[in-house]
Amino acid sequence: MAVLLIAEHNNKELRPFTLNAATAASQIDSDVHAVIIGQNSEDAAKQLSELPVVKKVLSVEGAHYENFTAENFAPVIVKLAENYSHIVCSANTFGKNLMPRIAANLDTSQVSDIIKVISPDTFLRPIYAGNAFATIKSNDAKKCVTIRPTSFDPCESTGGSASIEKVDASEEFSNTKFIKREEIKSDRPELGTARIVVSGGRGMQSGDNFKLITEIADKLGAAIGASRAAVDAGYISNDHQVGQTGKVVVPDLYIAVGISGAIQHLAGMKESKVIVAINKDGEAPIFSVADYGLEADLFEALPQFMEELNKLNTIQK
Amino acid sequence: MKILVAVKRVIDYNVQIRVKEDGTGVVTDNVKMSTNPPDDNAIEEAVKIKEAGKATEVVAVTVGEEKAQETVRKALAVGADRGIHVKVDGILEPLAVSKILQKIVDKEKPDLVFMGKQAIDDDCNQTGQMLSALLNWPQATFASKIDVKDNKLEVTREIDEGLETIEINVPAIVTCDLRLNEPRYASLPNIMKAKKKPIEEISASDLGVDVSPRLEQLKVEEPPKRKAGIKVANVAELVQKLKNEAKVI
Ligand SMILES: Cc1cc2nc3c(=O)[nH]c(=O)nc-3n(C[C@H](O)[C@H](O)[C@H](O)COP(=O)(O)OP(=O)(O)OC[C@H]3O[C@@H](n4cnc5c(N)ncnc54)[C@H](O)[C@@H]3O)c2cc1C
Ligand SMILES: Nc1ncnc2c1ncn2[C@@H]1O[C@H](COP(=O)(O)O)[C@@H](O)[C@H]1O
Repeated sequence: MAVLLIAEHNNKELRPFTLNAATAASQIDSDVHAVIIGQNSEDAAKQLSELPVVKKVLSVEGAHYENFTAENFAPVIVKLAENYSHIVCSANTFGKNLMPRIAANLDTSQVSDIIKVISPDTFLRPIYAGNAFATIKSNDAKKCVTIRPTSFDPCESTGGSASIEKVDASEEFSNTKFIKREEIKSDRPELGTARIVVSGGRGMQSGDNFKLITEIADKLGAAIGASRAAVDAGYISNDHQVGQTGKVVVPDLYIAVGISGAIQHLAGMKESKVIVAINKDGEAPIFSVADYGLEADLFEALPQFMEELNKLNTIQK
Repeated sequence: MKILVAVKRVIDYNVQIRVKEDGTGVVTDNVKMSTNPPDDNAIEEAVKIKEAGKATEVVAVTVGEEKAQETVRKALAVGADRGIHVKVDGILEPLAVSKILQKIVDKEKPDLVFMGKQAIDDDCNQTGQMLSALLNWPQATFASKIDVKDNKLEVTREIDEGLETIEINVPAIVTCDLRLNEPRYASLPNIMKAKKKPIEEISASDLGVDVSPRLEQLKVEEPPKRKAGIKVANVAELVQKLKNEAKVI
């Protein structure tokens, strides 16, 4: 039986992590079908059909799918599940919200947030904020699996030409009503997929001071991250939080500024290729994972950092 | 309105986790245990709603071994009215917990169930969503703000793109983020008073729920360690290393 991938999109285009989840799906079984549920999401469905790993696209349209409410999505997938051995999706807030609702209806124990496909029924996943890795074998007939997107490369996005099949919508769930979404728009790269991330913590002392970070991020073409403490203090919005209860990032370069390095923060960034820590406390735990540690006051170090960057002839983007 | 709150006992978030040498799990002997942090937020919110006169009773429930009862006792000390302890030994998957909680909901008929968004031991992030699926109730996951309006809740949810607001009719499930509120500490007199509050003990087998695991944990191992880095003397050296040694800028 084939694997069913649930596409994440914004009704116009696929969200990038769909490509990472597609890679994981194709490692489970080469026969990958993808379902896209939305309103006026034809363009995104077309994009999905062009992923070479996807063999067939199922498209479900309805006004009640516009805002991705799990209560509306789950019944569609549960009905389709009959024909599939695995249901997979990214382990971001979309998939975390949706997949357990599907799994419980299928009476399946979900495997969350896998970082490796060992075999079609065995997966590796982090537990305890990434302080241990568990190898898990699922004995359920149908397997519901969410994928940590940063642990899988995105698949090719062009060259495929899967057929797109329409599937009937399910009834609307009337007890949940979408009101609004406050998306913070920026021209910077997305935190989850950025090549460079510059993050600030409580050491930044205020939201205003984050402009020291913004300036450097813009120069480097980087995304901006934050510790939970910085978000809690209101310096920056929640979508920037990196860690166990925020986002997981694996950039080529992660620069942690005024962040102590609590295990819950490390859970979200310690797989980064190169880690830089700027902290005035030489004993801060962040230095234990940093490739390059700078023990300094950030209010002196960041302006100097900007100056040094300005001196460079070229900067990789 | 009656609010049921699910609380789980986990290794305290400050403990440095150690993996057992035989690969069967992590060390739990002589390790400090606490209530799963967002479950404290769930209790706090329920108690605040009761204090605001919008709820009549707050019931704390845990599923687990003998000692799990400590978490219910703690919930009672910060304002829950009574507790339920469903006794089960061994590994429990979120699916099994949600089936047990479904039975408790059938029995208690709460209007709301508050839970944590994620347990910090298994990091599953499943139980609330599973319970709402089994009950066919609305779910408001990752809540950072809750407004109670008659028989509706307006909930702000933390999502990857920012914030989302939904309105759900009761009965409903809410899973809480740490930013929902600031959990209070239990005062000594309240801890004493909590000792007199009732905790009902139920054995899972009496509920007729099959809790046998569906997943096999074949191995638990330490994650690969990063190799030690260096300290640089100044910003100029840092930028030079990033450019010429790491070649990332
Ligand atoms: C269940 C749970 C989940 C959590 N999830 C997350 C999560 O997802 N992400 C997360 O980040 N945290 C999370 N936390 C919180 C985590 O435990 C820490 O409290 C948090 O990461 C600390 O943030 P911080 O490093 O910014 O602040 P602090 O620990 O206060 O550190 C500030 C650092 O800044 C340095 N500093 C101060 N001033 C300067 C200066 N002028 N120049 C240079 N350095 C300076 C200090 O030396 C210090 O090291 C979670 C906690 C719990 C209980
Ligand atoms: N054994 C349990 N007893 C009571 N509540 C639980 C238990 N396991 C999970 N929960 C609840 O479900 C939430 C999410 O857990 P999880 O799905 O394991 O990440 C927790 O924050 C608790 O509120």
